[in-house]
Amino acid sequence: MMRSVLPVLSVVAAIFAIWYVASIGLNKPWAEDKARRAGVELSTSELILDTWSQKKPRLPAPHQVAAELWNTTGAMVQQGRALSKRSLIWHGWITLSSTLLGFVFGTGLGILLAIGIVHSRTMDMSVMPWVIASQTVPIIAIAPMIVVVLASLQVDDVVAKGVISMYLSFFPVVVGMVKGLRSPGAMQMDQMKTWNASRAQTFWALRLPASAPYLFASLKVGIAASLIGAVVAELSLSQDGGLGARMLGGSYYGQTIQIWSALIAAAILAAGLVAIIGLIQRITLKRMGMAA
Amino acid sequence: MTAPVISAQNLSLTFETNDGPVHALKDVTLAVEKGDFVSFIGPSGCGKTTFLRCMADLEQPTGGEITVNGVSPEEARRARAYGYVFQAAGLYPWRTIGGNIRLPLEIMGYGRSDQDARVQRVLDLVELAGFEKKFPWQLSGGMQQRASIARALAFDADILLMDEPFGALDEIVRDHLNEQLLQLWDKTNKTICFVTHSIPEAVYLSTKIVVMSPRPGRITDVIESPLPRQRPLDIRDTPEFIEIAHRVRDGLRAGHGDG
Repeated sequence: MMRSVLPVLSVVAAIFAIWYVASIGLNKPWAEDKARRAGVELSTSELILDTWSQKKPRLPAPHQVAAELWNTTGAMVQQGRALSKRSLIWHGWITLSSTLLGFVFGTGLGILLAIGIVHSRTMDMSVMPWVIASQTVPIIAIAPMIVVVLASLQVDDVVAKGVISMYLSFFPVVVGMVKGLRSPGAMQMDQMKTWNASRAQTFWALRLPASAPYLFASLKVGIAASLIGAVVAELSLSQDGGLGARMLGGSYYGQTIQIWSALIAAAILAAGLVAIIGLIQRITLKRMGMAA
Repeated sequence: MTAPVISAQNLSLTFETNDGPVHALKDVTLAVEKGDFVSFIGPSGCGKTTFLRCMADLEQPTGGEITVNGVSPEEARRARAYGYVFQAAGLYPWRTIGGNIRLPLEIMGYGRSDQDARVQRVLDLVELAGFEKKFPWQLSGGMQQRASIARALAFDADILLMDEPFGALDEIVRDHLNEQLLQLWDKTNKTICFVTHSIPEAVYLSTKIVVMSPRPGRITDVIESPLPRQRPLDIRDTPEFIEIAHRVRDGLRAGHGDG
């Protein structure tokens, strides 16, 4: 246990150290500017303390972000306002719901495409290049267009955001599942042939179970991509709220602390989602006798 | 005299490779009678596995004729006329031993209670009774291979095709499995085609030993074994056994000389 915790803690400590030092450097000009206008001379320690406590710093210090995170989550829960529109829990929930919707869409689409690609040579030749091409288009460019098109079709906003998440999350699922469904060796496929098994029987009894390790690896990448998609979608649909809307709102009003706390909240959310999939992966693969 | 179970007439198979054609099989003619235990022995590249795969419709011959149960290999495969045991046990790790044996039965649409009865019967046959609920990783390599034989026996195929099934196992386990396989053959009266590169294994098991040689893959000798059906392990020390083994070795050497 200690062996795995210690390296992680050292890395975190290093990040915090770099972060604090960087915020001194980046926020110093403003602190000096204020002091000059007030006509006071700042000692080094006063200067450093000022760079770590500005209202709109270029780079907020970690404790400022932590305080903002607490004020918009735990503190609001204590006041009974957990689901207020100013609470990150509410924004996080908005993001989470379109992330999960997009993840379900994307996983479903990815698995269906992979099944088609594995079973049809035509699909293998025709669809795969488009799947890869789709990921070279910047999502930030097509997200507003998807929103406009779907809005004109009277589609619900959550679904529109889910579609944008899907656009990012189906890709790792397709790639992983194609590899996973093709993972049974020649001997296993020959064995199925000796039993005169149909394609469907081979799929359900062999290909699908054999693809499980690949599926879980893809799902981990997919859910993180889905969250990014949701955040990007919220930049176009910011009236609905969400962590992306918080970031956008923060950047309008120079609220860097708010931007950073939304960023950190999104990172925590992503880490949590990946961890949940990792847990399901461990349990499932162990039960299937395929634990790596 | 009934018609042979497997009959090959001038069977040839040529693979086209970048280095030119490879004659995996050339003019192979052989008849396997019902109840025979036929071993195919020869150095690698002699086409013994390819021949077995032709019988199973896993390879398509490029010349000659082959019939299985009087029909083409493809029809025989569709009729599920044979069970095939591969070199590796190939059990699915996510299925129990019982579940693995049940798999071909599920695919072939046997009823649930019939499946249960068959799984029990073949587990008894390969002496794995009580291991139904175990997972493959809980069994030794020899036990896994026995389970894979049970899987090939679970449905009603009169022919058993075995491709070096004990090749990866150690000598002691192999002896034991050979003995069990003979008893099983005696009890079930199946026709068995068995690929091996072990001379003692071939001589001990077979009623007919087919010696093959490479480049091109062909049959150099067919030895009808005079050994009785009942064969204790120590039959391997008798003069008859040693004589047959000698003949097999000579056949293998001759095949190499002009190869």
